[in-house]
Amino acid sequence: MDFKQWNGFNKAGEWTEEIDVRGFIQSNYTPYEGDSKFLMGATDKTKKLWNKVLELYKKERENGGVLDADCKTPSSINAYEAGYIDKNLEEIVGLQTDAPLKRAIMPNGGIRIVEKSAESYGFKVDPETEYIYHNLRKTHNDGVFEVYTPDIRAARSSHLLTGLPDGYGRGRIIGDYRRVALYGVDALIAEKKVELEILDTDEFTEEIIRNREEIGDQIKALNDLKAMAEKYGFDISVPASNAKEAIQWLYFGYLGAVKDQNGAAMSLGRTSTFLDIFIERDLQNGTLTESQAQELMDQFIIKLRLVRFLRAPEYNELFSGDPVWVTESIGGMGIDGRTLVTKNSFRVLHTLDNLGPAPEPNLTVLWSNNLPKGFKDYCADISIRTSSIQYENDDLMRITLGDDYGIACCVSAMKIGKQMQFFGARANLAKTLLYAINGGRDENSGKQVAPKFQPITSEYLDYNEVMEKFDVMMDYVAKIYIKALNAIHYMHDKYSYEALEMALHDRDEDILRTMACGIAGLSVVADSLSAIKYAKVKVIRDETGLAVDYQVEGDFPKYGNDDDRVDQIAVDVVKSFLRKLQKHHTYRHSKHTLSILTITSNVVYGKNTGNTPDGRRAGEPFGPGANPLHGRDSNGALAVMNTIAKLPYEYSEDGISFTFSITPAALGKDEDSKVNNLVSMLDGYFKQTGHHINVNVFNRELLLDAMDHPEDYPQLTIRVSGYAVNFIKLTREQQLDVINRTIHERI
Amino acid sequence: MTEQISNNKQTIGRIHSFESFGAVDGPGIRFVVFFQGCSLRCKYCHNRDTWAINAGKEYTTTELIAKISRYKNYFTVSGGGVTLSGGEPLLQQDFLLDLLPKLKEQKIHVAIDTSGSFPLTDKIKQIIDLADLFLLDIKCINDDICKDLVGVSNKLELEFAKYLSNIGKDVWIRQVLVPGITDHEEDLLMLKDFLSTLKNVKKVEILAYHDLGRFKWENLGCNYELEDVPNATSEDVAKAKKILEI
Repeated sequence: MDFKQWNGFNKAGEWTEEIDVRGFIQSNYTPYEGDSKFLMGATDKTKKLWNKVLELYKKERENGGVLDADCKTPSSINAYEAGYIDKNLEEIVGLQTDAPLKRAIMPNGGIRIVEKSAESYGFKVDPETEYIYHNLRKTHNDGVFEVYTPDIRAARSSHLLTGLPDGYGRGRIIGDYRRVALYGVDALIAEKKVELEILDTDEFTEEIIRNREEIGDQIKALNDLKAMAEKYGFDISVPASNAKEAIQWLYFGYLGAVKDQNGAAMSLGRTSTFLDIFIERDLQNGTLTESQAQELMDQFIIKLRLVRFLRAPEYNELFSGDPVWVTESIGGMGIDGRTLVTKNSFRVLHTLDNLGPAPEPNLTVLWSNNLPKGFKDYCADISIRTSSIQYENDDLMRITLGDDYGIACCVSAMKIGKQMQFFGARANLAKTLLYAINGGRDENSGKQVAPKFQPITSEYLDYNEVMEKFDVMMDYVAKIYIKALNAIHYMHDKYSYEALEMALHDRDEDILRTMACGIAGLSVVADSLSAIKYAKVKVIRDETGLAVDYQVEGDFPKYGNDDDRVDQIAVDVVKSFLRKLQKHHTYRHSKHTLSILTITSNVVYGKNTGNTPDGRRAGEPFGPGANPLHGRDSNGALAVMNTIAKLPYEYSEDGISFTFSITPAALGKDEDSKVNNLVSMLDGYFKQTGHHINVNVFNRELLLDAMDHPEDYPQLTIRVSGYAVNFIKLTREQQLDVINRTIHERI
Repeated sequence: MTEQISNNKQTIGRIHSFESFGAVDGPGIRFVVFFQGCSLRCKYCHNRDTWAINAGKEYTTTELIAKISRYKNYFTVSGGGVTLSGGEPLLQQDFLLDLLPKLKEQKIHVAIDTSGSFPLTDKIKQIIDLADLFLLDIKCINDDICKDLVGVSNKLELEFAKYLSNIGKDVWIRQVLVPGITDHEEDLLMLKDFLSTLKNVKKVEILAYHDLGRFKWENLGCNYELEDVPNATSEDVAKAKKILEI
């Protein structure tokens, strides 16, 4: 391939011969080891535009959370006319529908969910659309529930398995949107046609037929993408010729995906260093100034902050605050030892200053001990001021994933364009433990949910007896969990296939698919087993013999204090559960992985789980992700981090989430030492092989005030498990959960 | 305060609690060990629950070292280490004499947060030699106020400070600013004069008095005498800093 748009690029490597974005980056990027002094403020144009957006946000809030929705036109890549906020102010264009913050419906996932979502915000789906989806077009949701077995249904309704993407889009697939900018869509279509030719085989197996059909869908999606861009006046069949076009082309790719799919997480990938190459070329040519470069990035980010989906109340309960997970992975190191930090890594973070803090895009710094000091300091400084960044361990992930992976959603790392996942939400292991004690009966309803077996009848719990039964119950949960996920992803591929996102991937045979399972309630399980082992736990039963409460006599080691006696229990549970999952066949031969991540659903899981043997009361939230239960950690933040760093990443490759909050005063006495301490904390944590950390720096009083006066805090952003959220958009219950959590302070 | 365990000759210490992320008690990231037991009776004490000598949890030096060395990764990158605080660490001298050489062996920086109200015995001098830094809490330079506020004269701690200066041991001086009690201009000027005679002061910190530790007194059924004293504000601190010219 050769394009005039590539003039000035280093053509060494394979990237001009085949689709190879990483090769292009490696041959062309300029590592930056300096500090943040070069950064420029927002231009007047950007400021004006952002003020218009803030006005729209206000209206959206006043309107109960949704500004407007088109409830007639099922969304697709090219379903809408072009839309603008203010055409004269927009450097980067494109909206999901024909107006800003106007939400679209995506009924391929399920029509009833769309109806419920619309109704909960006071809208009504158009009767004709309803008719089509109830009578003529089957959905993902229909398919799943047709094949669900009674055991899956029971596990689901009793909250043993929770948050499964059977009623909403699975998400967590990252299209390599950079390909649109670098190659133009026609080259991508040509590549897909080659893939189709390879699949012209003598043995026309079910797999070959499915793959051919999917590639057909992908080619259609790419053509739709071109047509969509044309409505905005751009021809993206060819590569982008400058920085502005590169951002625009890339954004069109992403925009097509969020018009096509209402995925649980719609992440962006790893784009800023890629874009830096185009920006650098323009800066060298004298066709762009630093201020203009920042303007382009600011405006790109504004567009990403506008992405919205119409979602059901159940979804909001699980994942509160309207998150989209436009996760952008920043920084990291190359396998050749050069840093992947560029000036544009700074620019993308700098948008938090120019536009103020915001939960989206979900800015994720890939941290390495070898990152340049200037960049580390800048990240820490922004974190302290905005609580809007999360950090993940590049030194840990680079070993298996190389240097062109990105984070989907919160903590799920995947090679960009070469890997995807089947999102599997999580199994409630705290409830699993209660079922083990109760012979498969639910502690709240008394119903026999899992197959009946001998419950524990002794007055005091015996560790060995509990472990034996817990093991059996985990076997059962692992089995139905994989059954459910196989059904879900089979149907999602069939009825709600992510054609555009997968079009921006390599050929199917080369893609690694993971079956991303998860654990909720890990710290509750660890503490409960520790209480049973090291203290005495007396069982309180109701008249039917159901264990409904526990009395703990004596003290026991608690998860979150760097105490091996209990931390090892958590490690063993993680390893054991993954091995049990691995016993089961997965759809499309996907690789079993595990995450310890709850997002905000730790609240709802806790709500549905009875009293536990660690003394946690029924209904109380679990700790988020891999965090200890609130108030159980008594040795300060690093002890918690040491505990979490023990959880084995090799057994939990889909991520281990830790959310950390500290008051500004506890972080250090002056600004410089705060920055130094935070940088050192991150360096230390990741050296101990910690995987992920959300950093919040705020005072509890601030949050309390924001609860009472939300109007004063429109942009107050905090990090919850794996994403950032507008604090005022959380439900009151979740706000209280955040406030009641450990905020490390020092008196 | 320390006892010998006959079978393995390990000294044991009584420890109140730990803070694994200490960012305000010495340079860098500190693992803070709060020793149990204190002989002073500071009215503003925010760790009232550390006073009792026989409470706390017993640790051998081996156990404590194992705990502390888990944080080495944080110490090395931040230039931090361990801070022995309390309570009053210098009440457990045999334990410190066992602990400090082992920390030194592991190249862990040691700061001791003390009132310094101890006669300069051989043991104390040995401990001083083994520590890298002292966080010396000057209770009040005005001895009348000092006696009333903390229950003892400041004579010993000032001697302690001079000794540290004479042997060239690094010290951070700390002054808790209690409105109406330790913030008199003439006293602060006197403090300034005293500090100017010391050759080893690396930093002077003004710690604003606050009543956040008051609930601990109430939990123990004790009367909190500074009931009517307001918290020191940032303006109070700025004013004191100006007087001290820091």
